[in-house]
Amino acid sequence: MTSGSYFNIVTISYFASMVLFIAFLATKSFGVARLATWVAILGFILQTVGIGLRWYETYQIPGGAGYAPMSNLYESVVFFSWTILLIYLLIEWKYKQKAVGAFVLPFAFLAMSWAQLSLDSSIAPLVPALQSNWLTYHVITCFLGYAAFAVACGVSIMYLIKVGREEDVGRGKAGGVLSLFPSAKILDDLNYKAIMIGFPLLSIGIITGAAWANYAWGTYWSWDPKETWSLIVWFIYAAFLHARITRGWAGRRAAILSIIGFAATIFCYLGVNLLLSGLHSYGS
Amino acid sequence: MTQKKRGFLMALWDFFCSLKLSIFTLIMLAVTSIIGTVLQQNQTKEQYLHVFSPKTYAILDKMQMFDMYHSTWFIGLLMLFCVNLICCSIKRLPRVWKIVTKPTLVPSQAVLDAFPNTVERTVRGSLSEIRPRMEVFVKDNFAATRSTETDDGVYLYAEKNKYARFGVYVTHMSILIIFTGAIIGNVFGYKAYVNIPEGGSIDKVWLRSGEPVDLGFKVTCEAFSVSYYPDSQRPKEYKSILTVEEDGVVVVDKRPIIVNDPMTHNGITFYQSNFGPAGSEIMTVKAKLRGEDKAQVYTLRRGEKAQLPDGTSITAADFTTSYRNFGPAARLNVRKQGEDEISVIVFKNFPEFDQQRKGTYLFSLEDFTQRYYTGLQATKDPGVWVVWLGCTLMVIGSLIAFFVSHQRMWVVLREKDGKVQVRLVGTAHRNQPAYELYFDKLKEAFNKHLA
Ligand code: HEM
Repeated sequence: MTSGSYFNIVTISYFASMVLFIAFLATKSFGVARLATWVAILGFILQTVGIGLRWYETYQIPGGAGYAPMSNLYESVVFFSWTILLIYLLIEWKYKQKAVGAFVLPFAFLAMSWAQLSLDSSIAPLVPALQSNWLTYHVITCFLGYAAFAVACGVSIMYLIKVGREEDVGRGKAGGVLSLFPSAKILDDLNYKAIMIGFPLLSIGIITGAAWANYAWGTYWSWDPKETWSLIVWFIYAAFLHARITRGWAGRRAAILSIIGFAATIFCYLGVNLLLSGLHSYGS
Repeated sequence: MTQKKRGFLMALWDFFCSLKLSIFTLIMLAVTSIIGTVLQQNQTKEQYLHVFSPKTYAILDKMQMFDMYHSTWFIGLLMLFCVNLICCSIKRLPRVWKIVTKPTLVPSQAVLDAFPNTVERTVRGSLSEIRPRMEVFVKDNFAATRSTETDDGVYLYAEKNKYARFGVYVTHMSILIIFTGAIIGNVFGYKAYVNIPEGGSIDKVWLRSGEPVDLGFKVTCEAFSVSYYPDSQRPKEYKSILTVEEDGVVVVDKRPIIVNDPMTHNGITFYQSNFGPAGSEIMTVKAKLRGEDKAQVYTLRRGEKAQLPDGTSITAADFTTSYRNFGPAARLNVRKQGEDEISVIVFKNFPEFDQQRKGTYLFSLEDFTQRYYTGLQATKDPGVWVVWLGCTLMVIGSLIAFFVSHQRMWVVLREKDGKVQVRLVGTAHRNQPAYELYFDKLKEAFNKHLA
């Protein structure tokens, strides 16, 4: 089996898991929630195997020197969804909040289906600029950071829905599906925890990127659009971290900042490549 | 100083210390940074005038939008940010320093009451008996204690990870260190370029402004090569072989440099940056009369002409190291006497290719030599180590700030009528929920220990 066929199954698994998590919100059955998690874990394992297999495949092409499969848009999108699952499963395991899955799995599923349906999955050997171990360190840390922000964004959306509805209904707790959401306090805390994990990872990602740029081109910072956007993302989350310790900024405003932060993250990752020009354009 | 003036200065100080200012500055930095990613920076005036009307251009130029990351206002924003950081640290550091170096061994009742994690129990016995038991308990379950006897009773104090308090300050300091490194690099370093033809030497490099910089040593490019992945146009490696001589003595001998593997000498680093052809190529072309074994070989530069025995002329019109996926190729302009000129393409890898043309002569490309120049970037940045130091501190500092918490514990023992009242109070400066779980377990152990 090729890595591509593994990734097809992975896409289906994430879809199934997403549907199950949503079904959990509707049925309130914890059996469904457990199944959703197991399907997600299955997909994650298959994806790990698939990435390993693709790594092996890079050695098989003519003249292929072999490389960690994170060097073009397709590979990075697949890797992104893998990191989302990794961070999500860790957080679910640690904080036991199943409902969050319904708001995080869609990101992983969207990423996988985009990769499988419309991105170029051919393996091409690396051009000289990308032949560096720094690439691997840089990509891994950046994407783990992005994934943590994806989880934080999912949690923040839940927070806003929950708080918004509670205010509609009047004081007091919202019923129905929302009763399965963790409490607003826990959501606020999870948001913070996810960003607490993501922020140092993003910092390391920016630093390894700078170290690599310095090693390959002799400038650690050149205000290239991708660099600048990663810094913008970093500024936003730094503002978030300080906002939380300031009176009046925790809760709703922090959640909004977290969503803006993730929107900036996605722009940094995709928008810059697709819309702006610079050093980082994948595959050009 | 008048009351009013004093009040104003205090307000100003508070403004520069405030977290609200940090949030504002961070968001302003984020928002304004977008401009330079959308509006291309450092283009020529002509390029901008293609896009903007002269009036718009003048306004944007006035606002320094075309080099915004070095503009007065952006640097001003960064400076405001630094001032904010420094003031905030000056204001808070002494308090934190005191917490770390002079812990409150005997807190007031009010302070103790303010901590939510507490447990209390009264047990039969004397102070001299219960006190060592509690010392052992705290030591086994948490950390070694320091005891203070007061009129009010005995206070035990223990703490863990007190240095975690500095995590945030290390993080903040690291930002200032990174800025310092960047400034050192800007003031004392440079970024320059040089092209060296194969076999050539240089002892100067050129800044972007066109100004030369003396290296103090001589760099020779022994050779340059490009290699491609098999059957494709995709470059695999650009490689220059460099030799460095100081006062006529070779100090670096034939060091290959490739992209992602630069060479540093005397604080100056050379990066493989680009390349190009140096002078024209030399092609060796073979011409064989169809059906005969005898062949003539001609060595031609690009544009050079040769005469074949029957009067046909050939001109080496063009050459490339890689034609589609077929490797090195040359284009010859062939003119038979009394006929029109025709173009013939010959390949080094396919000597029989010209067979299909069915001409009188069969041409092939025997060999070629292409001389290149290598384009190097030469950088000197004495501040870069300061930057890496700052980066390291930032990572360490923020990991400590986020994941390590300073935990403190007090035990207050008061003897009363043959009984001892034992009060245990614990607190952590971060991550309260996790600490509460920990403290609940500790309570159980505490109750068991004193039962
Ligand atoms: C981009 C720049 C900055 C970064 C990366 C940064 C990073 C951090 C981090 C990681 C924390 C710990 C957050 C937490 O406990 O949740 C923190 C806290 C803090 N920062 Fe910053 N910071 C920056 C700029 C500033 C500035 C300019 C100020 C100046 C006022 C400042 C003042 C503070 C204060 C007062 C705290 C809280 C300390 C405490 O009470 O625990 N920070 N910062």
